[in-house]
Amino acid sequence: MSKRILGMTIALAMATTPVAAETVKVGFITTLSGGAAIIGKPMKNAFELGMEHVGGKLGGMDTEIIFGDDKRKPDVAKQLANKMVKKDRVDFVTGIIWSNLLIAIHGPVTRSKTFLISSNAGPSAVAGKKCSEDFFNVAFQNDMMPEGMGQHMSAKKIDNVYIMAPNYQAGKDMMKGFKRTFNGKIAGEVYTKLGQKDYQAEISALRAAKPTAVFVFLPGGMGINFIKQYAQAGLSDKIPLYSAYTVDAISLPALKEAAVGTFGVQHWSPDLGNSVNRRFVEGYRKKYGKTPPFYAAQAYDTVMFLDNAIRKAGGISDRAKLRAAMRAGDFPTTRGTFKFNNNHFPIQNIYLREAVNDNGNYVTKTRRVIISAHGDSYAKSCPMKW
Amino acid sequence: MDPLLLLEQAFNGLQFGVMLFLIAAGLTLVFGIMDLVNLAHGSLVMIGAYLATTLIAWTDSFIFGIALALPATFAVGVLVEVVALRTLYRRNHLDQVLATFGLILFFNEVVRIIWGAQSIYSGLPDYLSGQVEIIPGAPYPVFRLVIIAVGLIVAALIYTIVAHTRLGMLIRAGASNNEMVGALGINIKSLFTFVFALGAVFAGLAGMMLGPLTSVEPGIGEPLLILAFVVIIIGGIGSIRGAFIAAILIGMADTVGRVFLPVLLRIFVSDAAADTAGPALASMLIYILMAAILVVRPRGLFPARTG
Repeated sequence: MSKRILGMTIALAMATTPVAAETVKVGFITTLSGGAAIIGKPMKNAFELGMEHVGGKLGGMDTEIIFGDDKRKPDVAKQLANKMVKKDRVDFVTGIIWSNLLIAIHGPVTRSKTFLISSNAGPSAVAGKKCSEDFFNVAFQNDMMPEGMGQHMSAKKIDNVYIMAPNYQAGKDMMKGFKRTFNGKIAGEVYTKLGQKDYQAEISALRAAKPTAVFVFLPGGMGINFIKQYAQAGLSDKIPLYSAYTVDAISLPALKEAAVGTFGVQHWSPDLGNSVNRRFVEGYRKKYGKTPPFYAAQAYDTVMFLDNAIRKAGGISDRAKLRAAMRAGDFPTTRGTFKFNNNHFPIQNIYLREAVNDNGNYVTKTRRVIISAHGDSYAKSCPMKW
Repeated sequence: MDPLLLLEQAFNGLQFGVMLFLIAAGLTLVFGIMDLVNLAHGSLVMIGAYLATTLIAWTDSFIFGIALALPATFAVGVLVEVVALRTLYRRNHLDQVLATFGLILFFNEVVRIIWGAQSIYSGLPDYLSGQVEIIPGAPYPVFRLVIIAVGLIVAALIYTIVAHTRLGMLIRAGASNNEMVGALGINIKSLFTFVFALGAVFAGLAGMMLGPLTSVEPGIGEPLLILAFVVIIIGGIGSIRGAFIAAILIGMADTVGRVFLPVLLRIFVSDAAADTAGPALASMLIYILMAAILVVRPRGLFPARTG
């Protein structure tokens, strides 16, 4: 009786029926406080929605979910992961938005023979030589999106492109990824301070370089400020703007008209027509009143991935069998198609998305598939074969 | 290098400079006259930004919103001075730093409770969101020109008050010897309150103009506070003239350095090295500038106190 009254998560935590021999325990680490909670909350929401859609049971087994707030700090994430692995004895650690946090917990979790599933972060450091048989990424490898954009802009014969990113590892990786597939001329390459707010000086320099197009990687608040100021400077309709991880369901409500007509690149979009995605997007909009961002789609996919693998392996006790079921990657995904590479990173479609005003709703619309079944560039240096 | 681009960047530097001046003006007066290190000065920038955003939405007019937010920020300044800071004047600097640091935490939390932790992105009215072509081929945002104009007008206003009025005379006298001013029968308490609240209004005004450019969120004033301290140290503590010149200097150095340093470095080292070192060096530039000026003039460009 109490199960019905209590909230979903608590109910799950309490559900210990005497007949069940095993309980699946999942530790979900994400950022739930501070400015970056704007990403963590949709992920938690989508994970909970996914759990509802599988009836509260992963693979039909009783399930306990433990949420942890990493506060966007690597040391906090490491503490949480250690506690979950050693004290709570979880079977899976998942969530994780930030690349530097994932690297911090990657060693401790995989060494303890616990599966680590990234629902977002995909740094190159764990995709190549250091790939692990106990680590899976159900999101993307960081370089995939800029590689897609580079390919698209090359195909469109857009020459003389000005590129810009924050001055830190991911920023450098993104620009490297772009240049890997872009074969035109680079009009200028600028690295700005991480967390910078005013881009007027950069915008002046950009206009003076007279590029045909601009490509930026400015996630979160940086992108919102840049695109707003780009519009204020009157450049929106003069120099087309392309971006990666910048214009999404999180930034669009703040950007509104300023972002309309800009092109982005992503492995998912809310308007993808497959039935899993329709159920997810509609369910999310109904429950939370917002369009889900791609982070949320990945968290939802994580639930589907775990549910499918545990069901196929017939439980969690045989780790080899479970791993084989996970590697199959044949779960119902919001992305329509999905396969794992030998380094346990996704092989998936990369889409071109355009920001549009859909009757007062600012959303992204899928324009075309840029690369179908795109695998990352680091898989070949991963020694894992299966 | 394109001279027109240099001119445009000078405008950008000037705009950033006047913004810094608005924040530094109050800080230098409070530090100079009351001998109070106020770390919470950045919080007043934040309060001004939040009040303006709310009042603009409430009145549905940019001008009225700002016009209401200015006296509201003044009132907050009076309140903070009377309730919290008055007791700190006689304490040493370390106590002041601790107490005003506490105020930062207090204000950030208050803002979180009232407005929430998420960034607020506000727009501009149509008449301020266009561009004018003051430099051929480089249309410049109208709002940024307005910021430059407002900054220069306020600077002129402060200069007139400080240099040519009775109130200014008291402020200057207070900056060089506040005990003597008190002994001469001036109500030093209300003078302090007024000066502090005036500083709060200028800081708040900077926040109000910053809001539509970037975002309004808890703690927006803090990165600017560090720069404002650099400004008042370079300018000479307590000196308005020094604060103005130093603010423009820092604004220019930061803007021009940020854009041209990586380009300049590319001439000497490889592109990849220049891309890494350039932005890092640019963010150090103003501190290098401060160190260099302090070597030559240890008390800043225009020291107010001669004690």
